[in-house]
Order: sequence, then structure tokens, then C-alpha cells
Amino acid sequence: MGINVADATLEPAKGEEPHVSEEVVKAKGVGPIRGFFRELARSTSGLIGFIIVVLLVAMTIFAPLLRGNLKPTTDYWAPFSAAHPLGTSGQGIDTLAMVVNGGKTVLLVGFGAAALTVLIAVVIGSLAAYFRGWFDALMLQVADLFMTIPQIVLLAVMGSLFRFDSPFWLAVIVGALSWPVLMRSIRAQVLTLKEREFVEAARLLDLGTLRIVFVEIVPNMASFILINFIIAVTNAIYAMVGLYLLGLAPLAGVNWGIMVQDGWTNGAMFNPDALPYILAPVAMIVLLQLGLILLTRSLEEILNPRLRDR
Amino acid sequence: MLESGDTPLLRMTHVDQTFKTKKGDVPAVQDVNFEVGPGQVLCLVGESGCGKTTSARMAGGLLKPTGGEVAYLGKNIWDMDSKEFIDYRRSVQYVHQDPYASLNPIRSVAATLTAPLLKHGLAKNRHEAWEQAAELCRRVDLTPPEAYLSKFPHQLSGGQRQRVAVARALTLNPKLIIADESTSMLDVSIRVGMLKMLGKLRDELNVGFLFITHDLAIAKYFGWSGKTAVMYLGKVVEIGPTPEVINNPQHPYTRALLNAVPEPDPDLTRTKLPNGGLRSSEIPNLRELPTGCTFHPRCPLFEAGCDKVVPILAEIGPNREVACHVTGRDTRSQTDSPTRELAG
Repeated sequence: MGINVADATLEPAKGEEPHVSEEVVKAKGVGPIRGFFRELARSTSGLIGFIIVVLLVAMTIFAPLLRGNLKPTTDYWAPFSAAHPLGTSGQGIDTLAMVVNGGKTVLLVGFGAAALTVLIAVVIGSLAAYFRGWFDALMLQVADLFMTIPQIVLLAVMGSLFRFDSPFWLAVIVGALSWPVLMRSIRAQVLTLKEREFVEAARLLDLGTLRIVFVEIVPNMASFILINFIIAVTNAIYAMVGLYLLGLAPLAGVNWGIMVQDGWTNGAMFNPDALPYILAPVAMIVLLQLGLILLTRSLEEILNPRLRDR
Repeated sequence: MLESGDTPLLRMTHVDQTFKTKKGDVPAVQDVNFEVGPGQVLCLVGESGCGKTTSARMAGGLLKPTGGEVAYLGKNIWDMDSKEFIDYRRSVQYVHQDPYASLNPIRSVAATLTAPLLKHGLAKNRHEAWEQAAELCRRVDLTPPEAYLSKFPHQLSGGQRQRVAVARALTLNPKLIIADESTSMLDVSIRVGMLKMLGKLRDELNVGFLFITHDLAIAKYFGWSGKTAVMYLGKVVEIGPTPEVINNPQHPYTRALLNAVPEPDPDLTRTKLPNGGLRSSEIPNLRELPTGCTFHPRCPLFEAGCDKVVPILAEIGPNREVACHVTGRDTRSQTDSPTRELAG
């Protein structure tokens, strides 16, 4: 274990300062990783959420090893059996294998779109609030413009016009459209934070504008930003699944959205043997969303140093 | 007015600050003049709303005066080129009143103290910055430093936080520290320790202090070897060496302030006049300042004419200036000085 200072990069070189190291270890107690889990364990729902999300991500990463056979067979809409625990699809593909493999696009687009949304919102929102003036006015206008665009309708129109041929562009478009709401709330928070005396103190020490905004001010909203990141993930997943359901996103490959769409258009809901084919992806989406939402509960406590030590 | 005759570190000349509000202009500070040299202390005292903090913020370059000049080493800070301003910025530091607001809650003491050291190249690497931060902690009596450096502000008491704020102000080796009510949020028990520590900095590092307080006892304790300026409604009404101002106050407002200091002896307290001898305890509104001497509606020495003519801050003795028609005249006639007539 290294030396457990709060800002681990500031620890003095080991060996040169044995005295300091000992003192610091005593002062703090646990390391950042162990501290994270200790805090996580404190809230049961948060821990459950964390476990669900980790399991789903792990399942997606190791999907080819777990159940990699996605070859079509002639066994269409087979009922559940030992060979096919969830039956087969209309093409005779093992449903369980599709469910296990179908999370990749959903997770990539969800997290990618959310990362883009949060990045745009944080950078524009905090700089607009800090500088005010013409930049703020312009960005507010742009945000208002984006907010008036009904997202799902625009996605539907764009989807029918361009046929997004990769999940990457889906993530970019979902991300580029959903930043204005978060940008406005970040701007509002920075407006109050920048009047705090510690910001004035940083200005008196001439620490530099970018440093003041992104090192002194923005981390104060870390829990808010992370929670909004996760909410953005859930929103992006819903937007994407909605597009798939409407058949406006590329229907190539295997993912939960395509499964729902496929099941719906091919009459799986009228075939009792095909029921797992439509319910399993829905259950996975619900489970993922539930895990993400539960996880947000614990993050507040983990990220706020004031709550951390209680 | 400096004994040494050097250029003062900071000089405020005819500084005005008028805040424009919807209800009208608020002259928060009018024609304030003072200067602070290295290792010197100037205490700015007065009741709340008298412009102490506004003056301090202008001295610290946080607020641009609407009139007059704030000069650092003889040069107006608002006319400086960026290199000179950086020098000023580093040399004049500010300690806020509220140590609960002035420290970033998410940054550890070490991060707070090392950031300016690294940014301004005073430390070459993180290890060196850590060493210097530990040294600063020792300087402000946070010992052993290792026990404090990794802590976050919420893990510290008010006094410890304020020490961290002072240590942060010291990171850039300032020549002048503006302490804006820096001890008033602290427990009385901690205050003396804090003042001793600041006094040590003044003596050992030759740091000048502009010390803002509403507490005359603190001004007396900390500024005994320096000067004290008494402010009332945005103006300096009396300025002089602290022992003179405290022991021989000339302006009736200074006298009233001193009279208001609580006495531990109840018999002595009973002999005090109600309202401290003032005609009124109401503080006039800054938007509707009284005519003539702004203190006249409350002044026990009120005479005809006080409400017509604005008194100027005039010298009444060595290093002593008072803005009062009555006491100014009396003192001047006692010393037989044939100087300036009353203005107007």
C-alpha cells in the first residue's frame, strides 16, 4: 500500500521521508480504493446497484467466452430447453447468447453519449458562468435553441434520413443533443460557487483562470456531475432503445434494442414459446437502469469529503 | 508620514467607492487616505457598514475604486502593466473573515498550500512544495505539519482553518497582508493565540498589516506599535498612533466607540451614559447622509454650524489627524497652532 494521503500525487517520495509517511498513514487510516468500497458498503441499495452494473459490464466484456455461439439454426422459435435455456429466435439463434452479447452496443452508446453530454455541459456551463458577458449570452441562446428541438423526433427524422451506420454516430448524436439542460444547471451552480471566498482567494493567489474554473470550482460539483452522468446514461439508453424499437437505427448485429424491435415486428408476443425472446432484453434494460440509478445514491456520499467521514 | 521616509508599500490617496444601486448611489467610501509600510500595522476600526471592508478590498485590488488612487510601491495598481500587477498580486495578500468560506472544501490543506507554490515556481517539484507547505504550517503553529497537511477543511476547527488561510496567504512571501476581520469569527480563547502568531509574522518576516476590525481591544492589542484609523460612514474621522488614539481620543465618535467597550466592573458600567453619551444611536443611511459633518445628528459636542460645513481631516499634532470642527479647533488653539481655519 502506498501512503494514504488525500491527494496521492502529493505524497513525498517513499524512503526519503519515513517519518512523514507514518504520520500521514495514521492521520488518514484507509486508502482511496478501500475507502471507496467501505463507503459503498454503507448503503445497501448503492451496493446492490454497483454489483448489478459491474456484473452487467463484466457479462458484456466476457460475452464471447460465456456464450459466444450466435450462429443461426433451423430450430426457429424453439421453447426453452437444456440446450437453449431461453429458447431460440426467429432465425434459430440461441436467445441466451443474444442476451449475453446484446449489451455491448447499449453500454457503449449509453456511456459514450453520456460522456459527451457531460463534457460539453461542464465545459460550456462553467466557462459561461465564470466569464459571463458575450460568451455566456451566446451559449445560453445556443442552449435554448437545442432545448426547443424535440430530441426523439429529431433522432427519428435523422435516423430515417441518414441511417446511422454505426453505434458511434448514434452516441455522438444523442450526446450532442442532450447537453443543454445539464449545462444550464452547471452554469447556475458555478454562478453561486464563483462568488465563494475560496474562489476569490484563488484569484488573489493568481492561480490562473482555467485552473480556478476546472480545479477549484468544478470538482465541488463532482457528485452532482457524476450523478447527472449516470442519469445521462439512462436517458441515452432509452433514446437509443426507442430508436431501435421504431426501427430507425441500423438493425445489424445483436443488441437488446434490436431484439425488442425484432420480437415486436415478427410477432414474438403472440407466440408463448417466443416470450423469453422479448422479455429477456427488456429485463436486461430495466436491470441496467435500476443498477445505475441505485448506484447514484452512494456516489454522493463517496464523493463529498464532508459526508465521507461521518 | 512614515518615519523611515521610504516609499510606503501601499498608499491609498483620496480613494472613493460609490456603489450604484437601483435605489440610488451609495457612497461606501469617501476620500480615504492612508499608507502602510513594511512591518507596520495599520488598524482600520469602525462599526459595521462604515466602509472598512470596502477599503480593504480596494487595497487588495479586489475592487476598483471609483475615484482616487491605490498605489503599490508608488505605482497605481490599476495603471500597472501585467508584470507589475503580478508582482503586486503576489506581494499583497488577503485573509478573509470567514475561515469556513475561504478554504475550498474539497481540497486538502496540502493541496491548498502547494498549488500557489507550484504555480508560481517557488517550488520545483511536488516534494519541495510539500516541504515548503510543512514549513508554512510550522510558521502558523500548525504542528506537527504532517498531522494537518492531509486533512480537509471540515476536519479542522475554526482556529486551525484560519491558520491555514494565513499560511496560504504566506505562500507567495507577501510584503503586506490585509486581514479583514480575520479574528472576529474565532473563539475568544483562540483569538489571542492567532494575534500572537500574526505579530510574530510581522516581527520575523517584516510583513506589513492592514488590519480591519470592529473590536478596539484587538486593535489595541495588535496595533499598539502601529497606527489606527477610525472610520465612520465611509470616511476616516481620526487617525494616529494607536496608543494616542486609544488613550487620548479626539474625535467624539472615537470617544463613543471607546466608551462602548464593555467594562468588567458593573459599578463603572453604571456610571456610563445611556447611548454612550450620543444624542442618537441611529446610524444614518448611507444614501441620505446628514449634511455637514455626518456625525452631527449623534454628536454630543454638536454646535451650530456642524450641520453645514463638512470637516476636513486636519493635523492636530505629530502624526495625528482628526476631522472635527469642535475638538479640532480646541486642540489647535491649545497648541497655539496658527494653521488652517475651518474649511468653508
